[in-house]
Amino acid sequence: MNMGDRFSFSRWWGIVVKEFIQLKRDRLTFAMIVGFPIIQLVLFGFAINSDPRHLPTAVLAADNSPIARSLVRAMENSDYFRVVRQVESEAEADRLLTLGEVQFVLTIPEDFSRKLMRGEHPALLLEADATDPSATGNALSTLSGLGAASVARELGGSLAYLAGKPDPFELRVHRRYNPEGITQYNVVPGLMGVILTMTMVLMTGLAMTRERERGTMENLLATPARPMEVMTGKIVPYILIGLIQVSLILAAARFLFAVPMQGSILLLYATVLLFIAANLMLGMTFSTIARNQLQAMQMTFFFFLPSMLLSGFMFPFRGMPDWAQAVGNLLPLTHFLRLVRGILLKGNGLLEILPHVWPIVLFALVVMSVGLKLYRKTVD
Amino acid sequence: MPDENYAIDVRGLNKHFGRHHVVRDLALQVRRGEIFGFLGPNGSGKTTSIRMLCGLLVPDSGSGTCLGLDVIRQPQEIKRRVGYMTQRFSLWEDLTIQENLEFIARMYGMKNIKTAVAASLSRLGLSDRRKQLAGQLSGGWKQRLALASCMLHEPELLLLDEPTAGVDPKARRDFWDQIHGLAASGMSVLVSTHYMDEAERCHKLAYIAWGKLLATGTAAEVVAGCGLTAWEVSGSRLSELAAQLRSLAGVDQVTAFGNVLHVVGRDGQKLFEAITPVQESTPHRWQPIEPSLEDAFISLMASADQVFET
Repeated sequence: MNMGDRFSFSRWWGIVVKEFIQLKRDRLTFAMIVGFPIIQLVLFGFAINSDPRHLPTAVLAADNSPIARSLVRAMENSDYFRVVRQVESEAEADRLLTLGEVQFVLTIPEDFSRKLMRGEHPALLLEADATDPSATGNALSTLSGLGAASVARELGGSLAYLAGKPDPFELRVHRRYNPEGITQYNVVPGLMGVILTMTMVLMTGLAMTRERERGTMENLLATPARPMEVMTGKIVPYILIGLIQVSLILAAARFLFAVPMQGSILLLYATVLLFIAANLMLGMTFSTIARNQLQAMQMTFFFFLPSMLLSGFMFPFRGMPDWAQAVGNLLPLTHFLRLVRGILLKGNGLLEILPHVWPIVLFALVVMSVGLKLYRKTVD
Repeated sequence: MPDENYAIDVRGLNKHFGRHHVVRDLALQVRRGEIFGFLGPNGSGKTTSIRMLCGLLVPDSGSGTCLGLDVIRQPQEIKRRVGYMTQRFSLWEDLTIQENLEFIARMYGMKNIKTAVAASLSRLGLSDRRKQLAGQLSGGWKQRLALASCMLHEPELLLLDEPTAGVDPKARRDFWDQIHGLAASGMSVLVSTHYMDEAERCHKLAYIAWGKLLATGTAAEVVAGCGLTAWEVSGSRLSELAAQLRSLAGVDQVTAFGNVLHVVGRDGQKLFEAITPVQESTPHRWQPIEPSLEDAFISLMASADQVFET
């Protein structure tokens, strides 16, 4: 394959125009592009719940008394919490929560045990990342009973007078980012990723195999058109379709489900473009491998199912076993979900989303280089 | 140094697909302005050979030039100057006639797309139907459109892969008149076909079987090269006679043509000895004839089968 030849803009534009004309004539595909997001939105408006455990928790302990330690141990014993960090400052705790590295931050105030012994009914603060309410719901409900029982054990001997009272301390829970625990807040942005994955991979997968199946590929290859021109030229219409779908979903999220939009919409669209590009590259690569449209379809589903199941869309990511999380971390959808939830619900900025941007970029680059290598410049 | 008199001049071209050796040591010379017929049974490597000549496939080994350009190193240049018409209709059925031509014109980076397409449409006689989808055209019109599209960029060499398969006799005749007109104006044409009448309309022929070139030359040269002797038999109950003749040593082919049989042998003496007793015992009329091109091809195919099937 001689790549030294110059990229011709007019040839590239010719391919773009042709794709648009063909798309315009293909009514069924067009209906699917608009219908798919709407149907999915309606179906998934009612969410799926699950019961994840061992959720990463950070503890900000200003009071390191036996009572406080016993409380933390009791939380860990409940299986729902796993203390991964001891933090020193509120700012650090906040950062961990915003980045999504921990699900909870427990703050034990300085004079907690002193106040407890005096019977002053002190307060503990538990902040939860509630972007995905199903991930935190059960953990939070366990905690309310837990506090009293654990402290009671410590309150023997001279402190027995406290044990009789109903709640020796108060647990204040802050559900951050999604205070009312509304599942749609999580599901609707997530759907954006799922729908894009589905349509983008499938559409491009079909676009190229259709040429091969109908025999028109041979004609295209006999012209001086370069692989780069054909591949990118075919992608353009689908980028536009992806943006239309995203806008549809965002409009529904805003006006139908009243999902808050904390972050920059511009930043959101930028990440959407990146995600679309990654999926289109995958679709192109599939279409270089697939012999016919059926195979392209099968490959799309082979990729789509794990994306849907292991990305944290269907089930809370932290509820999955380690190996499943490892697989999930390879998928662009996993990172895209975190990006969208981060931007929409947490108001993440560019700096905070970077850890989830590069895996998508890497995925796109790897897939594209494989695709270009496999593109059959010649018909064998 | 490439010889300027040849549009195609290749030697020792080989192509494998997996374990299949599809084209073996192909050597081909087509002069400029010549109509060169490319014949052979299905699956003999004709299409693969044509694809190697137009830069679509890279040969595994071999060398040569196409329009003076190296077939291994300059496929991109070759594509620009060659018109290739695929065996199957390969234009976009969901594009209109005009859109198809415009797309092809853009792919070749042509300058005056609108005028070139308009001229091509009027030459085709399709100006009125230019907004019709290509998929709705009949076989004959599809073939005309395909030819128009591969000539849009004014190539110097046309490679036509079974261009008239499934086209009615009138359209075929028109097509061949057009090809001869083009050749007269200097265009070189390589055309593959299964039709004997078309083979006879070519200036030169090549016969390929099992990926190997078996004969090349003018129609008369190819027939002469086979060294066949032929007899024509007429009379009654020919099918019984044919069965009887086929069982004789020395008789290589017995073919029915309407009311006569062609009896052909590679060795004239042996054939004569074999048929003499039959001539005497049955009341048929026997007459020695010149073997036809078809006799020659069937003989070539049969001898190729003997070599490669053992």
